[in-house]
Amino acid sequence: MAAQESARTLAEKVWDAHVVRKGEGEGAARQPDLIYIDLHLVHEVTSPQAFEGLRLAGRPVRRLDLTIATEDHNTPTLDIDKPIADPTSRKQIETLRANCAEFGVRLHSLGDKEQGIVHVVGPQLGLTQPGMTVVCGDSHTSTHGAFGALAMGIGTSEVEHVLATQTLSLKPFKTMAINVEGTLKPGVSAKDIILAVIAKIGTGGGQGYVLEYRGSAIRALSMEARMTICNMSIEAGARAGLVAPDQTTFDYLQGRPHAPAGADWDAAVAYWKTLHTDDDAVFDAEVSIDADTLEPFVTWGTNPGQGVSLSSAVPAPEDFADENERAACERALEYMGLQARTPMKDIRVDTVFLGSCTNSRMEDLRAAAEIVKGRQKDPNVRMIVVPGSARVRLEAEAEGLDKVFTDFGAEWRFAGCSMCLGMNPDQLAEGERCASTSNRNFEGRQGKGGRTHLVSPVVAAATAVRGTLSSPSDLPVPVSA
Amino acid sequence: MEKFTRHTGTGVPLRQSNVDTDQIIPAVYLKRITRTGFEDALFAAWRKDPSFILNQEPYAAGSVLVAGPDFGTGSSREHAVWALKDYGFKAVLSSRFADIFRGNSGKQGLVAAQLDQSDIELIWKELENHPGAQVTVDLQSRTVTCGAIHAPFEIDDYTRWRLLEGLDDIGLTLQHADEIAAYEAARPSWKPATLPARP
Repeated sequence: MAAQESARTLAEKVWDAHVVRKGEGEGAARQPDLIYIDLHLVHEVTSPQAFEGLRLAGRPVRRLDLTIATEDHNTPTLDIDKPIADPTSRKQIETLRANCAEFGVRLHSLGDKEQGIVHVVGPQLGLTQPGMTVVCGDSHTSTHGAFGALAMGIGTSEVEHVLATQTLSLKPFKTMAINVEGTLKPGVSAKDIILAVIAKIGTGGGQGYVLEYRGSAIRALSMEARMTICNMSIEAGARAGLVAPDQTTFDYLQGRPHAPAGADWDAAVAYWKTLHTDDDAVFDAEVSIDADTLEPFVTWGTNPGQGVSLSSAVPAPEDFADENERAACERALEYMGLQARTPMKDIRVDTVFLGSCTNSRMEDLRAAAEIVKGRQKDPNVRMIVVPGSARVRLEAEAEGLDKVFTDFGAEWRFAGCSMCLGMNPDQLAEGERCASTSNRNFEGRQGKGGRTHLVSPVVAAATAVRGTLSSPSDLPVPVSA
Repeated sequence: MEKFTRHTGTGVPLRQSNVDTDQIIPAVYLKRITRTGFEDALFAAWRKDPSFILNQEPYAAGSVLVAGPDFGTGSSREHAVWALKDYGFKAVLSSRFADIFRGNSGKQGLVAAQLDQSDIELIWKELENHPGAQVTVDLQSRTVTCGAIHAPFEIDDYTRWRLLEGLDDIGLTLQHADEIAAYEAARPSWKPATLPARP
């Protein structure tokens, strides 16, 4: 990290504002800094052992007022008024409820109108704000970086550490600028930007870095689109990703339940306006993506870096010079049941999943609804739509989107992580192929033996119409238009 | 946390890159609420394949995993480290670790030793030519020994010190409780709070 006070990147400014205690020593021998955490988000999967640790040590939660919990990973998306059928899922949820009650943590349970995916809930309540440090025992915490917050996924030991101390011992990061200049073509979205970034730098390319997404294409994006991009920073191996706050950020926040108001609002905005990378600050690395020429992107393999333009074909092992990448390609093609050189658009899917902390917000649902409206779903495809939160579901219903999806033939579900990782009953069967708006195409991620192609919401929608991986531009004009 | 200075055990060559934490422990096993008992969950999908390395003798009793680059990518689940430890692994060697996995390892006393890929390749060959060959991971000198191979590894000084001493992180931090309180006293009043809940 640059030492001089005068020229700093955004990530360095946020970091510096949260140092409780600087690590002693220099260079490689330097100890980590003790960093204050402004917001700690908690869910049922990575917290039980942390609460147990507190209980055993007789420690309280230090700052209940900076902690909030919700249920998302295990929650069913059907019959939510009935007891959870899977006893281990039920036990985990009940454990969270008991822990929150015992320690005094605010919890939004299944059935509550603020329940939902933890990374949808925080921003929606206005709890995620520029310049904050945000952590959660979930790697997609990077989502909150869209607000210019330094937001990091942590493990359960660190969850316990934050509950007990409201701090984390962290080594400073390197900084990487991801410059995205130009204008996206119609049908190309934030998801395509981030899939292209990961394909370019690889799943380890961001390791040790905080990424800052910059440039005219990023500035033009809405908050929800910025969240989609920051969400997948972890898929490039980065510890966090962020976007400098601007008027778009302030407009999104103003009036939300936990946004500052009155004089506090003015003080906050004055500070937030200082949160940008100084003109003469230097990043440790820079990468550029041309928004003008970007096309819809889709993955063909079993890690998020194995992606190509939708208009191209499945690669062959010999396309890769690196021995490990060649072996990974071979293995991925076998797992995915794909032949090299098959045009991506010839690939037939069984299922379309619209949801996850990457793409389950109002804009995502609206964009997909726009495509499917007045069209009929391919009869061989099942499509499930899972709003990111109970509130998103209510808002979507108020706009009639639920009706658009069900008329199309899709299933309209309750909020949660759902088929992104299949901890609830929403899973792929062995060999089932899915176009998914989620974030990970790992082997077995969506169900044992399931095959995942990561796509944007509009590509998911178009794919549900045609039955093969498709972009909106492949669709004929709808009958009702 | 148990102290770690030096460990010698059977090396397991896992010739694969991008071993994500969903492979190390599938999500279905994350529903448990305990911190131990995850040995059956380690590489659960792969272990159903009889040809998987841990299903072969003498690797089944391995305690040093020698993996390809980008080990531990993806989900932050610390369960991945618990599963490796519960199975009996004391150290993982790779040329590149995902940050969160590396951090989680350090908290749990699993040594994540970063070696040059060329050294990983040499160790893979040695382990394949001499199945059951022993690997020594010496945290004091930051070296790995396997047959005639002596390779240095990287691990950050702070983690190394904590592992050598077997120190508890929370206890260390709470020594600075005054500094945390002083920081809190200076936080701007407009910073958001989760309580009281606002409609």
